[in-house]
Amino acid sequence: MIELKNISKKFGKLTVLNSVSTRFEEGECIALLGPNGCGKTTMIKTILGMVVPDSGSIIFEGREVNKDWRYREDIGYMPQIGRYPENMTISHLIQMMKDIRKDESVIPDEELIRSFGLNEIIHKKMRTLSGGTTQKVSAALAFMFHPKVLILDEPTAGLDPIASLKLKEKIIKEKEKGKLILITSHILSELDDLVTKIVYMNDGRFLFEKPIEDLKEETGEEKLSRAIARIMQSRLTQFTQPQIQLA
Amino acid sequence: MKKILKYVIADIIQNKIVIIYTLLLLTISFSVFSLESSAAKGMASLLNLVLLIVPLICIIFSTIYIYNSAEFIELLVSQPLKRKTLWLSLFGGLASSLSIAFLIGVGVPVLIYHADLTGLVLVLSGLFLTIVFVSIALWAAGMTRDKAKGIGWAIALWLFFALIFDAIVLFLLFQFQDYPLENAMVVMSFLNPIDLSRIQILLQMDISALMGYTGAVFQEFFGSLNGIVISFAGLILWIFIPLFFSLRRFAKKDL
Repeated sequence: MIELKNISKKFGKLTVLNSVSTRFEEGECIALLGPNGCGKTTMIKTILGMVVPDSGSIIFEGREVNKDWRYREDIGYMPQIGRYPENMTISHLIQMMKDIRKDESVIPDEELIRSFGLNEIIHKKMRTLSGGTTQKVSAALAFMFHPKVLILDEPTAGLDPIASLKLKEKIIKEKEKGKLILITSHILSELDDLVTKIVYMNDGRFLFEKPIEDLKEETGEEKLSRAIARIMQSRLTQFTQPQIQLA
Repeated sequence: MKKILKYVIADIIQNKIVIIYTLLLLTISFSVFSLESSAAKGMASLLNLVLLIVPLICIIFSTIYIYNSAEFIELLVSQPLKRKTLWLSLFGGLASSLSIAFLIGVGVPVLIYHADLTGLVLVLSGLFLTIVFVSIALWAAGMTRDKAKGIGWAIALWLFFALIFDAIVLFLLFQFQDYPLENAMVVMSFLNPIDLSRIQILLQMDISALMGYTGAVFQEFFGSLNGIVISFAGLILWIFIPLFFSLRRFAKKDL
């Protein structure tokens, strides 16, 4: 569904993405993991067209994205830190997003607006909202137009436990509809019953890409967090052993 | 395009600065016309308002507006919209709201006190300068991510066009006074939209005493309709060239 071909991006001298290639298919729920600053958000932003890659191409449903911007109709994006026009109220913002999407035959999905209780504060200005409430608005907007692909960048950071549970339930619901979900998070425990595939990034490269069953099988661990820890350790020894032999 | 434009204009009007700007222009225009003994003198005073204050306010307001819209731009770039549409909507919103402010603030008083060809040329030049400096502001705002630096650039550009450019022209004239520079001067004046407007208005006003040196030379070449057409063509180029460069930069910008 989404294919990345040799995507590279430099910010000044810093290489953020180093010739990344991969494919994401429908019905997958992919966890994008890696340390801070490894290029996760940049990769997401290149898929969305917010960052223009230096080289390589992105193909969405068989079409190259830099020639056709319409593919973004099929993507719901929840940014890590949502920044919104300060003077707009929540209802104005939602109205504007509906306006942009044009397609009036589609009934917007307002489930999250209700379950987060946003309809009670709909006339508040974005400037006055707390970080968590802003995240709720971001989440509600991402799911609103029944996108085929959901890209969630640290979706639960800043949300209270009840809200993050509601969001997680919503993600599972959408996943069952066969959507592609791309999610980054540092809280591995909460990805356990969501994710079908793990992508681990480091220094702008994919270290490994594996279905979660394979990962659990290989490491013999049931918990995702332990499995990841195990694989990182074994990688380290793999990398260091040949050097020792040489020495 | 229309939808985004609607939101940009609504936002600019909400912001009130444009309304204050309109009232300021109205007050100055009316007081100039009622203070001076003749409407022609009033026009001469308005000239400086149109040539200096209007570009200054347009360039600074537009630059600040672009920086303050960073969130708006970031939000919309991830939506199914062309970047070009977004940027042109920002340009259109700024240009149209500042133009309307100018038409009310200067156009209406001129229409009341001095409704002739000279008045028309003054209003038309002011209108062009408004749009030209919005276009230059969009280009300046794309140069750096730092808001303070961006505004600094905007002010420097205004200073260049309003003062420094003429100083350079004078300097060149004195340095090379032994040579025939008339043709060169014609070309030079096309490098500055403020000069172009000034020449047009002064040619209409017939008050050569107020003319800058560039203007005096220019009169020999364009004392006719041709002159007006060619210099307005120059102003149109001044709108499109900075806009084109800013558009090209925005298409590749990382957000």
